Amino acid sequence: MIPSAFDYAAPTTVAEALGVLADAGDDVKVLAGGQSLIPVMKLRLADPAMVVDLGRIGELSGVRDDGDALLIGAMTTHHQIATDPLIVEHVPLLAQAAATVADPQVRHRGTFGGALVHADPAGDMPAPVLAADATFILAGPNGERRVAAADFFQGYFTTAVDDGEILTHIRVPKYTGWGSHYEKFTRVAQQWSIVAVAAMVRVEGGTIAEARIGLTNMASTPLRATAVEQALAGAPLTAEAIATASAHAAEGSDPASDLNGDAAYRRHLAEVLTKRAVIAAAGL
Amino acid sequence: MASSKTITVEVDDVSYTDDVEPRLLLVQYLRERLGKTGTLIGCDTTNCGACTVHLDGVSVKSCTMFAVQADGHSVTTIEGLARDGKLAPLQQAFHQCHALQCGFCTPGMIMQSASLLTENPHPTEQEIRDGLEGNLCRCTGYQNIVAAVQAAADGTVSADGTVSADSDEAETAGVA
Repeated sequence: MIPSAFDYAAPTTVAEALGVLADAGDDVKVLAGGQSLIPVMKLRLADPAMVVDLGRIGELSGVRDDGDALLIGAMTTHHQIATDPLIVEHVPLLAQAAATVADPQVRHRGTFGGALVHADPAGDMPAPVLAADATFILAGPNGERRVAAADFFQGYFTTAVDDGEILTHIRVPKYTGWGSHYEKFTRVAQQWSIVAVAAMVRVEGGTIAEARIGLTNMASTPLRATAVEQALAGAPLTAEAIATASAHAAEGSDPASDLNGDAAYRRHLAEVLTKRAVIAAAGL
Repeated sequence: MASSKTITVEVDDVSYTDDVEPRLLLVQYLRERLGKTGTLIGCDTTNCGACTVHLDGVSVKSCTMFAVQADGHSVTTIEGLARDGKLAPLQQAFHQCHALQCGFCTPGMIMQSASLLTENPHPTEQEIRDGLEGNLCRCTGYQNIVAAVQAAADGTVSADGTVSADSDEAETAGVA
């Protein structure tokens, strides 16, 4: 399958990329790792007149320590996220989720920022980023602006990134010492999540002091399971208490019905997977 | 009319400079421009892994990358693995362990296995299976493929392609 013809630019700095975008008009796509965009272009579901490739902007790649947070370049690959020592130490949830994305070849090319801006409801990176209260750093014609994760995901494949803007970095607070787990349910290997749950817990003695739970594919955007988080706060560290709290997992969700499962099935999955994710995160 | 771009790519240790349309996929460039038909197009939808090559040493699906993105980079295909007429250890292991039936998935399987062994030289059986999750074998010959990767990792395949007798995995594969 061959995409429609397009003009191609490969800027080497963010400033240059913003200039190209400003000149390109409306019919333009930003290319990150291409593991979603290129298949869509091959199917001609997208046929942009211009493609702006961020792959040669070195400043957009890599992970660095930023005090109480990690600053992650948007072009950092899933493979890097899954194996980076800083991420493994301070936000292991991101590494655990990234390791489940697609397959090794796709993880070598696909990028953290690309997946977040693509905002597929079944994608694995949005829910952990939401659970971690990350901040999105966008560069645009009027300078830089920051968007909280809670405001970033706006609907199916829709984010706060405006035309002419580029996601450059994601700032993720450190959760050093927290337990975490990403529990993903698929029918076969190498499939998008039917439902998945991202869980982080801070355990003090025999009690769950704090919990952060993100849900994948339970609505058009990733969701926080706030009712579960509230029920877990201060709960004893037992499988029974976790099961009781997890029964709230589907509250406020609006899952789709499709060939992989109807909405009622997904609500059921959310409860079961939340229980499993929290038990694993807590090390029970 | 979109303008073409000039790219310089090193493929299997040879440098090539060509004008390409931006929409030309890397796999099409390799097969149709360079004649490297050892890299196959299977599903053409990023699923099957038949088109797997190495970009700067790590595995990628060449049907899901534009040739222009490879400009200035190094690509290795299945045709670049053998040295001085001798098969690489993984190729010998696939041969010796009967790790192919129709053979269509084999170039991609070997390239992904090579990338896996670079990242994890001594994988467990489960790690091999996970490492090959992006490569489909429609003959469903996975058992011997996994055994071949294990044999190559264990170093139980000798330079002439024989499998030493003290490897349980290799013995099992040899009689399968």
